[in-house]
Amino acid sequence: MEVKPPVPQVPPPVWSEFKDLQEFEKYGQHRADDDKTSNTLASIADAIHHMPGGWIVTTSTDKIFNWARKSSIWPVTFGLACCAIEMMATFASRFDVERFGMVPWASPRHSDLMIVSGTVTIKMAPMLKRIYDQMPDPKWVVSMGSCANSGGPFRHGYHVVKGVDRVVPVDVYVPGCPPTPDSLMYGLLKLQEKVAEFQKTGAK
Amino acid sequence: MTALAATDAAARIRQEFGLEPSVEAQSLTVTLPVDRWQAFGRFARETLGCRFFNFLTAIDWKEQGREVLCRADNLDARLTVLMRARVPDDRCSTLTGVWRGADWMERECYDMFGITFDGHPDHRRILLGDDWEGHPLRKDYAVDTPHTPYR
Repeated sequence: MEVKPPVPQVPPPVWSEFKDLQEFEKYGQHRADDDKTSNTLASIADAIHHMPGGWIVTTSTDKIFNWARKSSIWPVTFGLACCAIEMMATFASRFDVERFGMVPWASPRHSDLMIVSGTVTIKMAPMLKRIYDQMPDPKWVVSMGSCANSGGPFRHGYHVVKGVDRVVPVDVYVPGCPPTPDSLMYGLLKLQEKVAEFQKTGAK
Repeated sequence: MTALAATDAAARIRQEFGLEPSVEAQSLTVTLPVDRWQAFGRFARETLGCRFFNFLTAIDWKEQGREVLCRADNLDARLTVLMRARVPDDRCSTLTGVWRGADWMERECYDMFGITFDGHPDHRRILLGDDWEGHPLRKDYAVDTPHTPYR
C-alpha cells in the first residue's frame, strides 16, 4: 500500500478570501448595535491586524492576555457569612457563572479573584490578608455585601472591620444585604470589563 | 424527685446566708456580697439542686460599678436561682469548681467586661484576639478605639 504524503494546505493568497474570516466579517456586519454578547469578539476583531497574503495575525499582547484573563477568572471561595449562600447559589447550576469561565476554586494559589462575601471581623482580617497574599498576581477582589463594603449593620460594633478595603484593595463593590445572585453576576461582569482594561502586569 | 417550692428555698437561703431573696413564682433572685459568691454557688448546686448552669454575665452600671450575674436552674423542681453580686474592684471568685460550664462563660465575661475570676484554671480571652486592648462591652469603651494593625 502506498503511503501518500499529506498535501499541504495552501493558504489563500489574500486574507479576506479565507472562509472563516469571511463568515466572521458577515457576522459582524449583521450584528445589532446593542448586541452585548458579541462585544468580546468585536473587541478582539478591532485589535487584530492581518498580514496581507499570509497566515499571520497580530494584536497587542495586552489585548489578548486580558481577554484570556477575563475569560477564565477563578474565584477563591472566601465565604464568611450569609452572603456566602448567595455566592454558592451563583456558582451552582441555576445561575452558573461557569459559563463566564469562572470556576470556584478552593485554593488561593490557583485563583485570580477573591470574592469577600460576608462580615470581616478584626480577628479574621489577618487570615484574609494572608490568603490574599497567597494569590498570584494579577489578582482582583470583589467585595460582596454591605458588611464587606463598609461594615454594614455592624459598622458601629467593636469587632468588625469597617470595610474590607481597609485590609485589601477592592476592585468591585456589590451592594445588598445579601446581594442576590443577579447582583453578584452583574458585579462579576463589571469585573470582567475592568479586567479587559487591565494594562499593567504585576502587582497593582 | 421531690418538688422544692421557691418559698422553701427562700427560707433555706435566709437560714444559711441571712439574705432576703426576692421570690417570683419559681424564680429566686439573690443579691450577694461578692465574698459569698462561690459559697452561694456551691449551696445552690448542692442544697437547692440547681445542677443546670444557665449563664453567667455582667452588667456595667457605669459609676455605680459592675455587677456579676449567674443563673442556675433546678430542672426537676423547675426552680431558678439568679445570683448577682457587685464587684467593686472587678474581682470575683470562680464558679468553675461548682459548675464546669462556668469555665467559658467566665472567660467570656473577662473578655468583654474585664472582670477577673480568682481561681479560674485557664484565665484568658476567649472570643477576641489575644492582642486586643480593652474590654468592649464596658460602657466607657469607645467604639472607634483603634485596634492593632492587620498583618
